[in-house]
Amino acid sequence: MSEGKMERITLQGIDLPYVRRGSGRTLLMLHGGGGPVAPMPFAAKLMERFDVVAPIHPGFAGTRIPDRFDNIHDLKFLYLDFIDALEIEDAVLMGFSMGGWTAAEIAVMTTARFSSLVLVDSVGIKPGDRDTRDVADVFATHPAELLKLTWHDTSKAPNVAEMDEDALAAMAGNRIALALYTFDPYMHNPKLPGLLHRIDIPTLLIWGESDGLVTPEYGAAFRDMIPGARMVVIPEAGHAPQAEQPEAFLSEFLAFAS
Amino acid sequence: MKTWFFTEDAYPYLPDADSYESIRVNLPNKHYDPDVGADLYHRYLDMWTAADEIGLEIMLNEHHQTATCVVPAAPLMLAILARETKRARLLILGNPIANRNTPVRVAEEMAMVDVLSRGRLECGFVRGVPYESAPANVIAFRGTERLWEAHDLIMKAWTHHEGPFNFEGRFYHMRQVNIWPRPYQQPHPPVWVTIGSAGSGVQVAKHKHVGAVFLAGYNGIRTIFDGYRGGYREAHGTEAPLDRLAYCALIHVGENESRAREGAEKILWYMTSNKVAAQWNNPPGYHPPHVAAMIMKGARGGAGVPLNPQLDDQMARGNVFAGTPDKVFEQIKAFWEYSGGFGHLLMMGQAGFLSYGDTLTSMQLFNDEVYPRLRELTESYDPDRMAHLRNSLPDVEATSLGDLGFAFVR
Repeated sequence: MSEGKMERITLQGIDLPYVRRGSGRTLLMLHGGGGPVAPMPFAAKLMERFDVVAPIHPGFAGTRIPDRFDNIHDLKFLYLDFIDALEIEDAVLMGFSMGGWTAAEIAVMTTARFSSLVLVDSVGIKPGDRDTRDVADVFATHPAELLKLTWHDTSKAPNVAEMDEDALAAMAGNRIALALYTFDPYMHNPKLPGLLHRIDIPTLLIWGESDGLVTPEYGAAFRDMIPGARMVVIPEAGHAPQAEQPEAFLSEFLAFAS
Repeated sequence: MKTWFFTEDAYPYLPDADSYESIRVNLPNKHYDPDVGADLYHRYLDMWTAADEIGLEIMLNEHHQTATCVVPAAPLMLAILARETKRARLLILGNPIANRNTPVRVAEEMAMVDVLSRGRLECGFVRGVPYESAPANVIAFRGTERLWEAHDLIMKAWTHHEGPFNFEGRFYHMRQVNIWPRPYQQPHPPVWVTIGSAGSGVQVAKHKHVGAVFLAGYNGIRTIFDGYRGGYREAHGTEAPLDRLAYCALIHVGENESRAREGAEKILWYMTSNKVAAQWNNPPGYHPPHVAAMIMKGARGGAGVPLNPQLDDQMARGNVFAGTPDKVFEQIKAFWEYSGGFGHLLMMGQAGFLSYGDTLTSMQLFNDEVYPRLRELTESYDPDRMAHLRNSLPDVEATSLGDLGFAFVR
């Protein structure tokens, strides 16, 4: 999948590439640990109805990790600058997995430029006690097992054996960047639950029913922390419902955001 | 040449390897019998004290959550040896300071051991193997940067004697550093750092620390040592002295060829036992993306240790020196000449089920019959002659990464 034409903007001294395509209400999409989602078929559908803005988190898709970057908060502040620079208004903010966490962190800072929030199989909180592993330890799970936790139907997963060297290296780079943003505390910000009450825009959580990395129960706990939030569960989908069930995903998204 | 007796302090009494996923990180410790473990600790300590009596120097190291090395706190062993040995230099190789987030504590522990041993400490710092990331719960990314910042803080803690100093760096933040005791050796104990590539040697050479290479064999040794030597020349304008480089191999000396082979086969346990699950081999940020990608594709990474080693093959590679004293001397001499020379030999002289008796026999034979000739060899070191020798020995052809794995970095 090609990224297509990329825009670039320099913020905080960081060369930030992003896709901007389509017209309509602005939709800011923050991808997850698997890397950019803009090249996926569901995104093309969204570009027919939205002005889709999809940046690449520093470190993903072969980009550099800035020396001073340590965690999700660096990403949050980069995107706070980004939405100011692009003068985004009245937009839908949607984040996938760690991108959902980032979106939630942005939303507790300010919702001024957004009209609604969508979190897809998002991490960011720790609902369980200290002895509970709320999010599967993706860095400590055998690749074969990880595949099963991530996908409802593993035959839909990208096949590592068929990837060329560049694609593999980009994937390995994505994994490093994901770790940088999420390693410790693992996949969550202990302070976030105490701040989620600040989210004052309509919020939808979309979850894959078979997500073994971040379960629907985790999603429900997340939903309960955000005032007025709704949650929909998509059958026969794992951690990436937008990839496994794009039609069901789009229909839920559009029913909420249109 | 100084020779350092080294055992990893393994717990080899394990169930069939097919019954567990990995000897590292997630092997349940129900397989560890503390009674057996106590005997083993004392046996290993006896081996090290024997090395002291025989005339060898002492080396130990540290790993976590593994049966291959049941010393998760090497400074504790070191403290015992500081008291129980009389003569030997005590090398810890090393403190995994990229993963241990307490550099000042490391400086304190090492200063204590140095004083206790009346200045016999040689202090190593290591980034650690990939499978140390999970037990430490520390991201492997920027491990090298953390290592060097921790190193700088430790060096300052050792050498600053006028009351508290401030250190607020990229990773470590301390405002009142003033360790008691200070080291016995002045200005500080000798420092060692493990190196596994030409690039990693440069920084070590800048500091004039000893660069130690593990099992790089003929395949890798020239590149790595040359990286160090080049870095040294560049930074200091002179050639690196021999005693700035160290090489670690599996070594067994026997009374005769068959006894020697028998012992060497047992030491190969170090390689055969190292069954490591994929998820521990490739922690994010340990390897650069292109290397991590190769591991994802199936190449064995990180350890670089083959699981089915053949003794003759490993000897040919320069990873194992084994035989009668004459043969072992010849093997080491050949490797030494090929490598361009080094001043320290790290003798992994015990592993797996090699008995106390066989280990001591090997140490004694080495000390009596190999060591004197190695000393002569290094004393006769002449840089010009070595350069000539090296030029006359062609590079050993690189072996594919697929079956050998990647550079061995402790």
